[in-house]
Amino acid sequence: MTQIEGEPGTANSTTSVAPADEAAPVVDLTAATHVTAVDVPPEILAQSLGEYVRGWWAKVKSGDSGLLPVVVAMVIVAVAFEVITPENSFLRPSNLVYIFGLSAIYMILAMAEISVLLLGELDLSIGAVGLLGGTIAFKLLQSPGPHWPWWAAIAATLVCCGVIGALQGLLVSLLKIPAFVVTLAGYLLFSGILILVLGGADGFLSVSTADPNQAVIYNLVQGVISPVASWVALAVLVVAFGVMLWVRGSARRRNGLVAPPASLTAIRIGLIAVVGVVVVAVCGSNLPAGVPWVIPIVLGILGAWTVLLQRTRFGRYVYAIGGNAEAARRAGVNLAATRTWCFVLCSATSGFGGILLGSFFYGQYSSNTGDPGQLVLYSVAAAVIGGTSLFGGRGKPIHGVLGGLLIGGIAYGVSLLNLGELSTPLEYILPGAVLLAAVLVDVSSRRGARTGSVSRV
Amino acid sequence: MTEESEPKGGGVQPTSAEEPILKLRGVDKHFGAVQALYGVDLDLPAGQVTGLCGDNGAGKSVLTRTIAGVHQPDRGQIFFEGRPVHIRTTRDASALGIETVYQDLALADNLDIVQNMFLGRERLSHRLLDEDSMERAAAETLASLRVTTVRSIRQPVASLSGGQRQSVAVAKAVMWNSKVVLLDEPTAALGVVQTKMVLDLVRRLRDHGLAVMMITHNLNDIFEVADRIAVLHLGRMVVQGPAKDFDRQSVVEYMTTGGSGGRPLQAVAATADGEEP
Repeated sequence: MTQIEGEPGTANSTTSVAPADEAAPVVDLTAATHVTAVDVPPEILAQSLGEYVRGWWAKVKSGDSGLLPVVVAMVIVAVAFEVITPENSFLRPSNLVYIFGLSAIYMILAMAEISVLLLGELDLSIGAVGLLGGTIAFKLLQSPGPHWPWWAAIAATLVCCGVIGALQGLLVSLLKIPAFVVTLAGYLLFSGILILVLGGADGFLSVSTADPNQAVIYNLVQGVISPVASWVALAVLVVAFGVMLWVRGSARRRNGLVAPPASLTAIRIGLIAVVGVVVVAVCGSNLPAGVPWVIPIVLGILGAWTVLLQRTRFGRYVYAIGGNAEAARRAGVNLAATRTWCFVLCSATSGFGGILLGSFFYGQYSSNTGDPGQLVLYSVAAAVIGGTSLFGGRGKPIHGVLGGLLIGGIAYGVSLLNLGELSTPLEYILPGAVLLAAVLVDVSSRRGARTGSVSRV
Repeated sequence: MTEESEPKGGGVQPTSAEEPILKLRGVDKHFGAVQALYGVDLDLPAGQVTGLCGDNGAGKSVLTRTIAGVHQPDRGQIFFEGRPVHIRTTRDASALGIETVYQDLALADNLDIVQNMFLGRERLSHRLLDEDSMERAAAETLASLRVTTVRSIRQPVASLSGGQRQSVAVAKAVMWNSKVVLLDEPTAALGVVQTKMVLDLVRRLRDHGLAVMMITHNLNDIFEVADRIAVLHLGRMVVQGPAKDFDRQSVVEYMTTGGSGGRPLQAVAATADGEEP
């Protein structure tokens, strides 16, 4: 008889009813098994590395390939720009560090957008809300002026943006106005309020390193962790993360629960270590030497969003609503509250991204700092390029980070090319082409999933 | 059939062989001017499958939703384990141990089997999801129902066949110490093999001591698994009794005309006027 694979615990409990088991006919649906061979994520079935690779390749061929497209695209973009930029300068440490700082806003906004995309909604206001958040923080830090402590300015920004998100979320979830319309109105409204807070179209706010309180905000992107501290922190992080992955994986294997093969866990830990070493080494050979604070900050937000979406009840409900809102409703999920909270957290995260943007521009905020429309479109593009579905229910925060890095890399690479008049149009055309490709992948994998199971109801 | 392992959700001891676990007496329901149910009596004994038949518009869905707490009866009484109860919401029904598997199954395609089975009732440890404990419990329930054709309980529901999805929906319903399970057309969209799989599952629910009500158009399914048959006709319960007292011909006549065509039955029949359609 067929057994639930990787379930020795189950096998024990079934053997205890073995006599009855023999009597009852167990239908083996070979057709269904054939179908699932493609649809099932390889890590939950594979017992060995070879099986994993084969299962993974079958999935890639069927159109659902996880992080593969965005990683391949990043490699292609990096190699192509390295070859065509004057003096092959794209992969210089200074440029790579600069790209990460430039991409930080796209990464943060994309992670924020993903929480709303998972619901099957869209938030067009995050660009304006993010810029407004940054402006509020900078305004509160002014001295002479309010001269708030940096942490209070950040907290006030998060609260203000959270309230904005709550208002938009309530309009969407209680009055059932399409999110597209509510947040389009929000985009225009907050773009205007942003200019008011800034003090007119030529308003200007800045923070400097001269004031120790303002220096904290200035250094969020511009400041670096000393190389020695960077290496120590990397070692601690890799060991802690590796031990956590390894202990969890082996505990699940021991208890007969679904877990990836041990060799795969080892490879994953190794990959994390290699990426970490490369990042710290690159940052170490830059001037000023050391890892910019923005990298651990982005990783921290990534970690927080990942835990929230994948390990908490709230996150589970977000995915459930995106997959089948009616099923979630019948299961007792409070749809309106969950949706509203997503908008709140999305807007608050965007507000923090806005602060990072000001820090990236050497502590200056003006009406030229960012275009709210371009920011939101780039961040939606980043999320989708990273592998998050526009149709809800599928996506992870890591998609926003990788997609944001790709978008930032393309934007900066184009600006390095000295194309003169062509440069600005290409900054739009290239991400647009990449986005279109990503959406095509998204749609084709959805179609593959739909036609994959022949006998599905 | 002897059971050596207690199922997760089937720890039901029939109070007595005679006393049905769920009893409806004289239930009326109307929507505006339209009378949907006229004084319906229904018995759902533990450890038995009751097949509810009726033509379109006979009131099967209204009756199901009344038991499930979606509608409240205008008149009449519902008894659960002998006590009169008021089922005002679906939550009330769940609290009593009455679960309904609707035709659309209400599964989230993007979640895996464990996540679907625990949707809305996740187990937590330290405020985070306790995946290990949920996975173990889901595996035990599926094993006790012998739903063994799925390759992994961590596969997304999107990758399951129709019969497997139905099985997961049923397993989800019986996981919570349910005593009564209402199945709405469980085989309607399934092929022959998958239908057999689901009917086997229905038999296992009965063997676990649950009271099962299966709503279906399909007489093959009824005669395959039902211990008792109840027939609705134009909102009236025209007949109910042990399946052995019926044959295909008589069920079809009850369904279409509300009468037996002259065959006397000792069933608890609240026989209505034999209206010709």
